[in-house]
Formats: sequence, C-alpha cells, structure tokens
Amino acid sequence: MITRFLLQGMDRNLRLFVLLVLAIGIALPLLNQIMPPSSPFYVPAWLLQLIGKYLSFALLALAVDLVWGFCGILSLGHGAFFALGGYCMGMYLMRQIGSRGVYGNPLLPDFMVFLNYKELPWFWYGFDNFGFAMLMAILVPSLLAFALGWFAFRSRVTGVYLSIITQAMTFALMLAFFRNDMGLGGNNGMTDFKEILGFSVQADSTRAVLCFASAFTLALGLVVSAAIVGSRFGKALTAVRDAESRMRFLGYRVEGYKLFVFVFSAAMAGVAGALYVPQVGIINPSEFSPANSIEAVLWVAVGGRGTLIGPVIGAFIVNFGKTWLTGALPEFWLFALGALFIVVTLLLPKGVVGLWGQIKARSQAKKARAPA
Amino acid sequence: MSPKRILAVLLSVLASAALAGAALAADLAGLIANLTAGGFGERETAITALAASGEQRAAPILEALASGQLYVRKSDNLVLIGKPDGNQLSLTEAISGKTAGSGTEAELDRVRVNNRLRGVIEAAVGSLTLMSPDARVRRGAAEALFKRRDAASLAALDVALAAEKDPRIKRAMSEARAASVLASDAPTAQKLEAIALVRERADRDSLGVLDATANSATDPEVKAAAAAGANATRQTLAAWEAAQNVWYGISLGSVLLLAAIGLAITFGTMGVINMAHGEMVMLGAYTTFVVQEIIRTSAPHLFDASLLIALPLAFVVAGGIGILIERGIIRFLYGRPLDTLLATWGLSLVLQQAVRSIFGSSNREVGAPSWMSGAFQLGQLNITYGRLWIVVFSLIVFVTLILVLRKTPLGLYMRAVTQNRPMASAMGIRTPRVDALTFGLGSGIAGLAGVALSQIDNVSPNLGQGYIIDSFMVVVFGGVGNLFGTLIGALTLGVVNKFLEPYAGAVLGKILVLVFIILFIQRRPRGLFALKGRSVE
Amino acid sequence: MRSTSALLYLSGVTVSFDGFKALNNLSLLIEPGEMRAIIGPNGAGKTTMMDVVTGKTRPDSGEVVFDGRADLTKLDEANIATLGIGRKFQKPTVFENHTVRDNLLLALAGLRKWHRLLLAQPTKDENHRLTEILSVIRMEEQQYMLGARLSHGQKQWLEIGMLLAQDPKLLLVDEPVAGMTDVETETTAQVLREINKTHSVVVVEHDMSFVRALGVKVTVLHEGSMLAEGTLDQVSADQRVVEVYLGR
Repeated sequence: MITRFLLQGMDRNLRLFVLLVLAIGIALPLLNQIMPPSSPFYVPAWLLQLIGKYLSFALLALAVDLVWGFCGILSLGHGAFFALGGYCMGMYLMRQIGSRGVYGNPLLPDFMVFLNYKELPWFWYGFDNFGFAMLMAILVPSLLAFALGWFAFRSRVTGVYLSIITQAMTFALMLAFFRNDMGLGGNNGMTDFKEILGFSVQADSTRAVLCFASAFTLALGLVVSAAIVGSRFGKALTAVRDAESRMRFLGYRVEGYKLFVFVFSAAMAGVAGALYVPQVGIINPSEFSPANSIEAVLWVAVGGRGTLIGPVIGAFIVNFGKTWLTGALPEFWLFALGALFIVVTLLLPKGVVGLWGQIKARSQAKKARAPA
Repeated sequence: MSPKRILAVLLSVLASAALAGAALAADLAGLIANLTAGGFGERETAITALAASGEQRAAPILEALASGQLYVRKSDNLVLIGKPDGNQLSLTEAISGKTAGSGTEAELDRVRVNNRLRGVIEAAVGSLTLMSPDARVRRGAAEALFKRRDAASLAALDVALAAEKDPRIKRAMSEARAASVLASDAPTAQKLEAIALVRERADRDSLGVLDATANSATDPEVKAAAAAGANATRQTLAAWEAAQNVWYGISLGSVLLLAAIGLAITFGTMGVINMAHGEMVMLGAYTTFVVQEIIRTSAPHLFDASLLIALPLAFVVAGGIGILIERGIIRFLYGRPLDTLLATWGLSLVLQQAVRSIFGSSNREVGAPSWMSGAFQLGQLNITYGRLWIVVFSLIVFVTLILVLRKTPLGLYMRAVTQNRPMASAMGIRTPRVDALTFGLGSGIAGLAGVALSQIDNVSPNLGQGYIIDSFMVVVFGGVGNLFGTLIGALTLGVVNKFLEPYAGAVLGKILVLVFIILFIQRRPRGLFALKGRSVE
Repeated sequence: MRSTSALLYLSGVTVSFDGFKALNNLSLLIEPGEMRAIIGPNGAGKTTMMDVVTGKTRPDSGEVVFDGRADLTKLDEANIATLGIGRKFQKPTVFENHTVRDNLLLALAGLRKWHRLLLAQPTKDENHRLTEILSVIRMEEQQYMLGARLSHGQKQWLEIGMLLAQDPKLLLVDEPVAGMTDVETETTAQVLREINKTHSVVVVEHDMSFVRALGVKVTVLHEGSMLAEGTLDQVSADQRVVEVYLGR
C-alpha cells in the first residue's frame, strides 16, 4: 500500500532525477573521504559544505513549490518555517557544547550566562536529545503553519492577502527573535557549535555525512511530494489552485486540502532548516527576514513552478549565481537578483524547466516537419 | 499701561530697592568679607545676611560661591570670581564686576563650601532673584523655590509678593509660598489653604510637593488633604499622559497614512500590490536630500524653503518612475497579482541597489528648516513643530487626494475604470492611460511621503523597506478601495501602537499589532469598511 | 424551519448590498422533479438568488430550505453541494490543467475528504461510471485531452458531464445558451429536458425563445421580488411584465 502510494507519482524523468540527487549525495562525500587531497578527483570539504547548503535550500524550494506551484498559495513566510527548524537544531547543538563554552557553564549556553540567566528556560528542556530536537524541528513549524492556515483558509484569505500575512508573520517572528529576552540568543543567534551526535561539526567526515543526509532527505522529499501530487488528492489540489470556487460548488472542503499541504510543506521547510544549520555553523534572527522567504520563491520561479524538478534546479542555479557574484561583483548581486525576479515573471513564467520543455517541443516539431 | 501706572511701578521698584538696599549697600563689602572669612558656621550667617540685604549684586557672587568659583587673592585679599580659561582663571572683581586680569589657582584661595552651605546658598540666591528687575529671573526664582519647598524662604517670598505686580509671577510666588508653608510648622488652616493652592497646579512638581506633604505631615487633616490632592493630581497627569500618547499615536498614524495612501490607490483601485512602493517613498526622501545639497552649495538663503521646493520635485520623480514601472512591467502582468508582487519586489531590490551605488549605503543628512524645529507646550502636552507639520501635511495630502478623485476628470475616469473596466473602455476612456496615471499618482504620493519622512527617519537605501508591510496592513485594515478607511486605519493603528508601547515595549508592541491585524484580517478579510456586493468578487 | 414537501423552498429572502436590495422578500417553491425557468431583466436578482441557494451569499433575512429539512442559510458551499445541489455557471468553468477524464473524476459523487483522497484509487464502479458519462457526452476520444485545449462547445459538454457525474437532486443552470447559435440552443434545450427526467432543474435565462422551447413554468423576477408566475403565455400577457420588459 505504502510503496504503491509512494510510486504512483513517479514518472521516468523524476525517477532519473531522484537517482541523480542520490548519486551526487553519495559520490561527493565518498570522493572527499577516499581520495587523497592531491588527487584531481578530490572533493574539498568547503565544496561539500556548499553543496550540502544548496541541497537544504533545494528542499526549502520544494516545500515552497508544493504550496505555490501546486496549490496557488504564494507563501512569503516559508523562511520562517526554515528558520524555526534551524533554531531547533541550533538549540540541540548549543546543548551539546556543554561546559566547553567560554564561561564553562555545563548547563547554560554562553549567551544565557552573559544575560544572567539562573536556570535553563522551560522550552530548552529536552533539546539535549537529538531525536527530540528533530521532532521539534518538524512539529514547531507544522504547528505554526497549522495555526496560521487554520485561521486563514477558513476565513478564505487568499491571493496577495495571504502572501502579505505570511510575510508579516515572518517579520513579526524576526522582531521577536531579535529580542534578548526570548531566551534564544537574541541578535547574535547561536553559533560556535562543537559536536553533533558526538562527532565534531568541523570534521570533514561529519561534513560528508551531512552532505549525504541532505541529498537523501531531498530525494525522500521528492518521492513523497511526487506521491502526494500524483494521487487523487494531488488532482484535487491543482484543481483548487486553478478554480477554487468551482471545487467548493463540487462539494470539496477546500480548507482541508490547503491546510494539509501547507502544514506538510512547513514541516519540510523545517527539516531543511535543521539540515542547513550544522553545515553553515550559525543560526540567527536574520534568517527570518522577509527577503529570505521571497528569495526562496524566486528559486522556484526560476526553476519552474508546478514541477517537482524545477525548484531543485532553480535553487542550485540562483544560489550558485549568488555564491559566484557576491564573491566576484558584490555590487552587482542585488541588481542581478532584482532583474531575475522581473525577467522570470515577465518572460519565463514556467521557469527553466518550462523553457527546456518548449525547446524540446520545438525541435520535435522541426523533426516532424523535416521529412515532409 | 497708562503713564500713571508706569510711574507707580517705577516708584515702587525704586522704593523697594532703596528700602532694602540703601541701608546695607555700604555693608556689601563687609558682608562679602564675612563670607570669605571664618568657618562654615560664620559663612552661613553671612549668606543669610546677604540674602536679607536684597542686594542684587550679591546674587552672582553667591552663585560663584556655590559652584566653587569664588576666590580671595593672596596678594591683596581682594574677593574675585574666577572662570576657567585654559590653564588660567580669568578673574573679575566680585563686588564691582570689573575685570581683574587672570591668575592661577596657586595665587588664589578658593572659598570653600559644603553641601549644607550649597543648600543655603541656593535658597539665598532664590530670595535675592525674587527681587530681580528682570521678570523672567523672578519667575524662575519662584519656580525654583516651589521645588525647594523650604520654610526658610517664606520671609523672602512675603517681601517679594508684596512688591510683585505681574499677576502671573505673583501666582508663581504664591504657589512657592504655599509650598514653603507646607514645609513649615504653620497652623493647619494655613496648610490646608496652601494644599488647595498647590493642587490647582496639577503638574509633576506639585505632585512632588503634595506627596512629600502627605508623607511627612503629622496633622491627619493635612495628611488627608495632601493625599487627596496628590491623587487628583495623579489622575490629571494620567489624563495628560494619555493625551500625549494620543498625540504620539496621531503623529505615527499620519506617517502611516502618508506611506499607505499611495498604496491604497494602486492596490485599492487597480488591485496591484506594488512591493516597490516603499522605494518610491525612499526616492522622495533622496530627492529632498539632493534639493538640500544644491541649496546648501548655491543658494543657502533658500534653505527654509527646501522642503517646499522638494515636494513637487519628489512627486514628479516618484510619479514618473511609477509610470515607467506601470508601462514597463506591471501592464504585462494584469490578472496575475502574485507575479506582479514578485516582479515589483525584484524592482525594489534594483532601486535600492541603484540608490546605494549612487549615494552610498550610509545615512544621508537631511536638515530641518527653522519653521519645523523646536517645540511648544500645550497644557502638559509637548508638541514638536516637525511632527505637527507632518500631521497637517498628511491631512492636506489626504483631502487633496479626495478632491482629485471626486472633482477632476482623472478621478472620474479612475473610478469608472475601477468599477467597470470593459464598460469604461467601451465609452472611450483610454484605460491603459488611466492605469498609468493612476499608478503614477499613487507613486507620486509615495514620493511626497518621502519628503515628510526625510524629517523623522534615516534617509538610507533601506528607508522604504520598513513601510511596505505597515502600509499594506493599514490599507487592508481600513478596507480596500476606501480612502476614508485608510485614514481611520492609519490613525487607529498609530494610536494603538503608541498605547501598547509603554506596557509592552516598542518591539513587542509592534509584534502585538501585527498579530492583531493578522487575526483581524482573518475575521474580516475585507477590512473595517468593506465594499459589499457582487462587484467585489 | 417549516417542513415542506417542496424540494427547494425560499420564503421572505432579503439580501442587501450597501442599502441596495438585490433580493427583496423573495419567495419561491420548486417541487421535486420540476423544471423551472426564471427570467427577468438585468439586476432583477437572478444571480443573487443562485448565490443564496448555493451558499455563496448569506441572506439578511428569510428561509431557504432544501429537501424539506436542510436550512441552507446555515451551510457553506461544500455542504450544500454535498446535499445535492449542482450549479452550472454562465461561463463554462472546467479545470484547464486536468484531462477530461480527471475533470469528471473530480466531479464524481462520493469521495470529498482530503485524507481519503490521498490513498484512494479509482474503483471499478467509478471507472464504469466515467466511461458511461464519457459516452453520454460523446467525449471518449478526448478523455485524455487537457481541459484548456477543448473548444468552447466541448467545454460546455464537459461541464454537463461533470454535472451528471455529480448527480445532484437539484440543478441550477445560469444562462446556458448565452452566445449560442439557434441550433446549439435547440440542442441544449433537448439535453436539459433529458436531464430533467431524473433531476430537478432551475434555469435562469434571458432568451425567450429558449424558454419557450423548454416549455415549463416560468417565474418572472423584478427588483428582487417575484413579479409573476405561470406558463410563458400567461406571464407574457401580464401587463406588469410587459411594462418591465418594454419600459413604460
């Protein structure tokens, strides 16, 4: 039953793509571990870290696409779910530092000692346990998404209204997390992590495993998303996207569909955030900035909304461009990013994947004409 | 004032000066000498005697003494006032006020005072200045004595009251006297009278006097009256504080209104959400900056008019760019609101970076013209001219806009296109042109907002970012497509924000407001003043 | 709530938008198995009446009862649709990014809950029903074509197929022949009469020749209230109706 469910949405292209993601996730860490640094096939640790980061971004993009591309909900607040997942991971990593912090307090993280905390706030309990922290990285974003979605979808808040509400949500969270008395590190957030599950976060082998874990999770995310989208539920979902009131007059309770996919997507974004934090070594409130959420939407738009491969490709293209441009021409990056928003919406509404499809269709048409 | 009155005033001043001063004038030198000789005890007697002399020239000497600037020259025992001037002290003779060159600390003996003496001196100066010919000085002295509430100043106040003609100063003096009475061991009836008088002031200082009396009085009747007075004062003060908060709220609301009203037009009538709206505001602020720079370098005398010159320019710059945006991007995206949102967001990034490249990323200084600086007091309200002008300006913009929409052909076309686009088009209205002009109008108003905001916010490339969410919230809260709703929405949010701030702090207050609006939109998705009907769908 | 044998019962329904009364104390009775034509000039309240019955608009006052037991003023669109009221819009709205078959599958009576749909596979019965409907609307050949690629006429047929799949007790049809040729109008009238054999139908229409072709009881709406009711000949003889349509 489950395997049938999981396989129902996979077409040939997607199956190949999932295999490609897995292959990258296995090959790169292996090359890093097996090859000597002198070999031309050696993959340096910084590259692993970079690819791992891109993979977690790709998972976030997939989450955004699931609500936007398939259900028409343009969320400008998915960065908040991502950051919440990241904070859960960050709290686990902070607890792992233990007495190795600057102040050497075995229980309280450095920033709490600095702010004169006498004891651990209640919401920090349990975060020394990896399993619990990961559960929270899924549950906390899901609950927020559930609360917001439950209100919003029942009141039929749609379109730009919903977009701005989600943006206001992440903006409010950013302001909240900037406050020191939130007990979550305030302005500086959390950093200086030492260990994850007993392995040093700085070690190459840890980076290799994290990179693989990101690839594996992305592949899993693709398979499950494909199953959802390919099911009868998925058909109803895209129908809601295209003609919501028509679905209501057919007797569908539209809120339920939206809420499920919104919560699922938020959980996926939370997992992406949890994968992201140990690889970049820091989480701070600026992750909640509305600009981040909107950038994630751009990844989807560039790759191709409403497809599953698109967001992954888009996340890689845009972030590669960002890494390259902010290094080579930092002045130019925001121009490029801004222009990309305009160009994609005006000229490439179906993104790179759609463009590829068009080119293929055209060349086929040419071939068909040629013999005649 | 009749010549007769003037004569009478002059005479009385002369008389009081003569009465109090003449007999002791010759003794001033002696009194001063007493001041510098002997221990602290003798010094106190001398100070009291000086105060009783009513000699105006004694006031600066006593002030110098209190601040440790009174010296005796070792060489000739002359009493001097020394003001630091580099390493040296520039000296003036204490009694005559003539300059006496300069000297070093080594050549002089400082006349020393202790804290107790400082208090005595303050009271003495107070009673001396009560007789000053300068009305402002007298008033200040009365206020100072009110705050000091020292039974010792009663005598001086009685003398001064008898001589005082100005009713306002007289009032201040009798209040000071009442405060002094409360500190003395006067009989209950007098004290009750004094409490009644102090209570009428109803400000922070009188609250201090009443609280002190309520705490220290032994007579239960006085105690009760003072406590009752303090409570009443507290309530009055709370009311003033609330009024002040309302004013701050209106002030914030007017800023929100300015930022949101342009968005209300583009979003309300065209259904287009322009994420670069904040950047139009920013461009208006930078236009102001450029105008001021040009004025500073080539026509400094025009500085006070800089904002007035900047207003039309900002409108044209932001409005022109708005029209370009509509023609270049937005018109291709009608019917795709979410794509419009993304494209205009991209545009906002480009505009921010462009401004950053041209003007740098640091804050730019925009000065306030003289008519916008300063503040005035209205009852217990403190109102700055800058904020007042912004409130006035936002209302002018609002009313003008309403008139434009109601009375001009453009307004008529805009309303026609909003209500029924195909019909308007069929009647010969060039809808694309109306769209462009509407968008230009909304953007131009954002530019005007930028001129006003340059006065209260940092002029930086990020200026606009902070306003887009707020503006949208105002428009949605008030009801889309309803400009009066925008007005009410902006003022309500402004006032609510300012009332939350004292309890929750600025950041938490803002979060609470955001959460409130998020919940509100979900209860009433179409805002406070919603348009109802089939056309809405 | 009154118990009634009528399939649809409206009594004293009033809806106002900013002071303008779109429906003014409207009362209407539709018997089971009946087909009714509702006519009236622009702004008479025909579409608003449909909105009230399908739950899109809440009336300010009045009763709306379906099937003698369900108070429609308390239910939302999805509930009302599930009770058995189908609606066909003036402009054909099919799901453009779904195939003809998927359009019908979505409309098919039965599964509506999201969690049931996640794991649901089409059953034999459902497949059988789909094939049946596809043959009724003569679209077997286009069953895997996307909705967006259908012609206007094909979309109309698909929408009728979707209504059949939904199998409602009462069918509300909004101006079905707007923009159609005479031949198409005649065909549509036949189809509606066919559908009426198994379903109750309310048709809102401007086109008098079409209403004549249907040959059913007619209700004339004017300014939100019922002006006249009877056969088409009766109402066209009514002086007030003539005034409303031809002006004074």
